[in-house]
Amino acid sequence: MEISFVRPLTPKGTRTDEGIYHFIYFLSIRNPVQKENISPISGHHPPSSFYWDAFKTFFKIGAFTLGGGYAMLPILQQEVVEKKRWIPQDQFIDLIAIAQSCPGVLAANISIFVGYKIRKLPGALCTCLGAVLPSFLIILCIALFLHQFMDIPWVAAMFRGIRPAVVALIAVPTFQLAKEARITLTTCWIPLATALLIWLLGVNPVYVILAAGVGGFLYGKYIRPTE
Amino acid sequence: MIYLHLFYTFFLIGLFGFGGGYGMLSLIQTETVLRHHWLSSAEFTNIVAISQMTPGPIGINSATYCGYTAVHNAGFGGGMAVLGSITATIAIVLPSLILMVLISRMFLKYMNNPIVQSVFAGLRPVVVGLLAAATLLLCNAENFSVPSVNPWQFCISLFLFAATFAGTMWMKINPIRMICYAAFAGLVLLY
Repeated sequence: MEISFVRPLTPKGTRTDEGIYHFIYFLSIRNPVQKENISPISGHHPPSSFYWDAFKTFFKIGAFTLGGGYAMLPILQQEVVEKKRWIPQDQFIDLIAIAQSCPGVLAANISIFVGYKIRKLPGALCTCLGAVLPSFLIILCIALFLHQFMDIPWVAAMFRGIRPAVVALIAVPTFQLAKEARITLTTCWIPLATALLIWLLGVNPVYVILAAGVGGFLYGKYIRPTE
Repeated sequence: MIYLHLFYTFFLIGLFGFGGGYGMLSLIQTETVLRHHWLSSAEFTNIVAISQMTPGPIGINSATYCGYTAVHNAGFGGGMAVLGSITATIAIVLPSLILMVLISRMFLKYMNNPIVQSVFAGLRPVVVGLLAAATLLLCNAENFSVPSVNPWQFCISLFLFAATFAGTMWMKINPIRMICYAAFAGLVLLY
């Protein structure tokens, strides 16, 4: 029996993934997946067990990456591009760029894209189900028991401490995102206005998003060409 | 009826949730806490905390949890509530499925078009504002308490907020570790 797993290089800049890699390494030694050296580029179709394989791969990724979409990118690349060779690297990067700018849950977007690319709609359904199912099951278990848990005084006390910390955890990416989006003095009114409209006036974010899309369209069509 | 509401709400969230997990927060919060009252603000914050500590995207997590709680609070049994969480989860993923398949089939070549790119460029600064709104909406009495009601808890809350902010922003401490510290502080100081 051939152990097909190539131990992935730990990508730079990831914090918590090291342990996860070890864990998945461990899993893959216990259940080695036969390597299929067939790629969609060479024109050979993957064997019919592909659906099960794809489901398992995305289930594993969904179950062991904390923090959703962005956290699963490096590990997804290892699995889909380097180990299974379902999609070539350059296409993978294009797909991610599009999936990030589209609405929706990033993990779902990427899994659907990859699945559709390899095996059309059935493939997309398999990968999407695989990516979503772990968090669905975990949260369902928590939802079943959280109410009883919250009645325990010391658990409630812990959550009283956790809640202000979580607000800070949401505040921090606001600033990081502002840096990434290259907010300048001339554009800083947009996030400020957005935040105030939603927070103080109770405007539904959907309208703000629609307005932003239309604004971007008008700017690109009429204002930028004349600048 | 409640299933229709759940489906419609989370379909909307999936359709307009730009900017990944955090970007969706204010949308989820407006819809589930402020409009439909399926969750209290404290419950919503608890879910965000749980999402940080368990695998999986915040969008899926809150859909699953809201689906369950909304049906449960409406007075139905456990099985019906599970059906509610299935409904909400499918609803939030469905727009992704439709959009991604449409893009793969037809619009892949248009995605680098300058007009499409300028729409995305217009959305980018707004996502920052959405995140700021999510933060501001969570700064309320349910999460921080009020000085007139419980000054001790209010001070501790402010301290934990500042400590977590500094810890993750500048000292680059792992968020999960920060949550564990906060839980411990809550256990010792707020019990």
